[in-house]
Amino acid sequence: MNKVTFKIDLCKGCGLCVNACPKKIVLLDDKQINAKGYHPACVLEMEKCIGCAMCATMCPDLVIIVEKGDK
Amino acid sequence: MSEKVLMKGNEAIAEATIRAGCKLFFGYPITPQNEIPEYMAKNMPKIGGLCLQAESEVAAINMVLGAAAAGARVITSSSSPGISLKGEGISYIVGSDLPCVIVNVQRGGPGLGGIQPAQSDYNQATKALGHGDMHIIVLAPSSVQEMATLTGEAFDLADIYRMPVMLLADGALGQMMEPVDLEAKEKRTLPPKDWACTGHGGKRPYNVVNSLYIQPDVLEKTIIERFKKYDEIKQKEVKYEEYLTDDAEIILVSYGITARIAKTAVKHARTMGIKAGLFRPVTLFPFPSEQLDRLADKTSVKTFLSVEMNMGQMINDIKVAINCKKDVYHFGRTGGVIPTPDEILENIKKYAAVGGKI
Amino acid sequence: MVVFKKPHALTETPFHYCPGCTHGIIHRLVAEALEALGLEGSTIGVAPVGCSVFAYNYFNCDMIQAPHGRAPAVATGVKRADPTKTVFTYQGDGDLAAIGTAETIHVGARAENITIIFVNNAIYGMTGGQMAPTTLIGQVTTTTPYGRKNDVQGSPIRVCEMLSTLDGVAYAERVSVDSVKNVLSAKKAIKKAFEIQSKGLGLTIVEVLSTCPTNWGLSPVKSLDWVREAMMPYYPLGVYKDVTKEGEQK
Repeated sequence: MNKVTFKIDLCKGCGLCVNACPKKIVLLDDKQINAKGYHPACVLEMEKCIGCAMCATMCPDLVIIVEKGDK
Repeated sequence: MSEKVLMKGNEAIAEATIRAGCKLFFGYPITPQNEIPEYMAKNMPKIGGLCLQAESEVAAINMVLGAAAAGARVITSSSSPGISLKGEGISYIVGSDLPCVIVNVQRGGPGLGGIQPAQSDYNQATKALGHGDMHIIVLAPSSVQEMATLTGEAFDLADIYRMPVMLLADGALGQMMEPVDLEAKEKRTLPPKDWACTGHGGKRPYNVVNSLYIQPDVLEKTIIERFKKYDEIKQKEVKYEEYLTDDAEIILVSYGITARIAKTAVKHARTMGIKAGLFRPVTLFPFPSEQLDRLADKTSVKTFLSVEMNMGQMINDIKVAINCKKDVYHFGRTGGVIPTPDEILENIKKYAAVGGKI
Repeated sequence: MVVFKKPHALTETPFHYCPGCTHGIIHRLVAEALEALGLEGSTIGVAPVGCSVFAYNYFNCDMIQAPHGRAPAVATGVKRADPTKTVFTYQGDGDLAAIGTAETIHVGARAENITIIFVNNAIYGMTGGQMAPTTLIGQVTTTTPYGRKNDVQGSPIRVCEMLSTLDGVAYAERVSVDSVKNVLSAKKAIKKAFEIQSKGLGLTIVEVLSTCPTNWGLSPVKSLDWVREAMMPYYPLGVYKDVTKEGEQK
């Protein structure tokens, strides 16, 4: 199972990952505020993640770690 | 005592640089110091060294910053207008605590000024070379021998105190030839350069050479540390020469080439029964304040006469040094005009007569 | 199996850059290149004055902070002091193409074996949005409030094209970080620049079109669009000099 994890408190809520995700599963979590006062990025439907790391590629702040599940 | 070689002052600096193990010169052509880059260009390649002519004095001083940050001995030379261009870079080098040697073969100013010798960069060198609370060590050679000897000492002082050291010479010293013994230099122990940017090789945390401290209290701490270093330098590194000051009533204070002319005038004055003496600072920073103050305490001493090739700059440091205990006057020519012994003698007579009123 | 994480050549210090500013991406690409080539321990980086002045907090290699515009000269001093080391400068458009123009041209003229990472975001970020030498005609900044005009402020400088005329320039490419595809090719370009430096073939420079959401007054995502729609027509991406390509005329 592919997985992305977000270092919540590094996120500045810029949304570049949201924009980059081909599966449109990355969103800014408007239910929480991180230490910087931003809505951090998150993924709810992790099962749809294809591990392409496009979100992480566009992230300017090294917030996202991407793991690919071994099939 | 090894044999002496007849050399120009500028070339003596260049040869002494090579003998001090410095392999990197960054410079830019400007009269009257051109023999330095020319000598370097001819001789650095012979020892695997580099003489690089930069696109400007601004670029040159920043190449010096880079090479010094990499832990190398490095030197640059220029003349008055070029030194003004290097001011910002020198302030960065001070703020980054980097060692280097900077030569100023002074010429008349301000502006393009002239190309004849002058000492009108004294205030710049000792007080206002760059922005911020900062000093650099300033050495004032007075002969071709000292152009060589003080160059070697400048490299050691720079490494010991991790700061720029300036050789404040002038066009006369640069262009004149005198015999020089290139061996004369005592060896000093030097601290390791473990702060240098040489690549951490995975064996140490990475080093940073930097002068930016965005928090004011942190910046203040770095400045205060540096000023403690200046106090240590004032205690340990002052150099000067005294001539006939034991019974002198009027003491000429003069450095560089002008001190030699002043010495001739002092001799003339003595033959006319005027008790004149000469005090020659070799270090302009650290300024020999205590030594001058001690002289001022002597009852025999009535007057000080600052003889400089400018409109009067060191005179202020003399007054401060002796708290105006005795009269301090100035005589000087500027713009590249070199004073004659007779002119200085006239002023000795003039001020010896009026001196000592207070 | 982890397929994406922070490269070791970046420290743990979080970036101070504004939200969506692509400086962060470019820092990562430089670090990834240094790591891929095993150069981290033998590299010295030179930070400019500008938004990336704090780069010495972010790169895990020896770093020097240079006066505004003088990073190429500082890098020259470092490289000449030890030619076995890898040396790079990381500079913005004001640093490189305004006050540092002479330094930029002359490291090219001298074929200095250093790598310049040139971040072109067409504005002065750190000081609050003034005109840069790369500010586009008509672009509004705090010092071109009516839009930049040719007859008043002249026209923007195309650095890669200019430098490609110098024999000493071994590699000059303009890339962008406005999309995943372009980020990946920017990464290749930066890695190639370091490789060419290691071969000692002369100056290598990668000009990276980058964003400044705060001072452009655009959202981070809209800023990426602006790079494509406004900057790229004037600053075409591509290789402007590459001595490693046979039959490379110029």
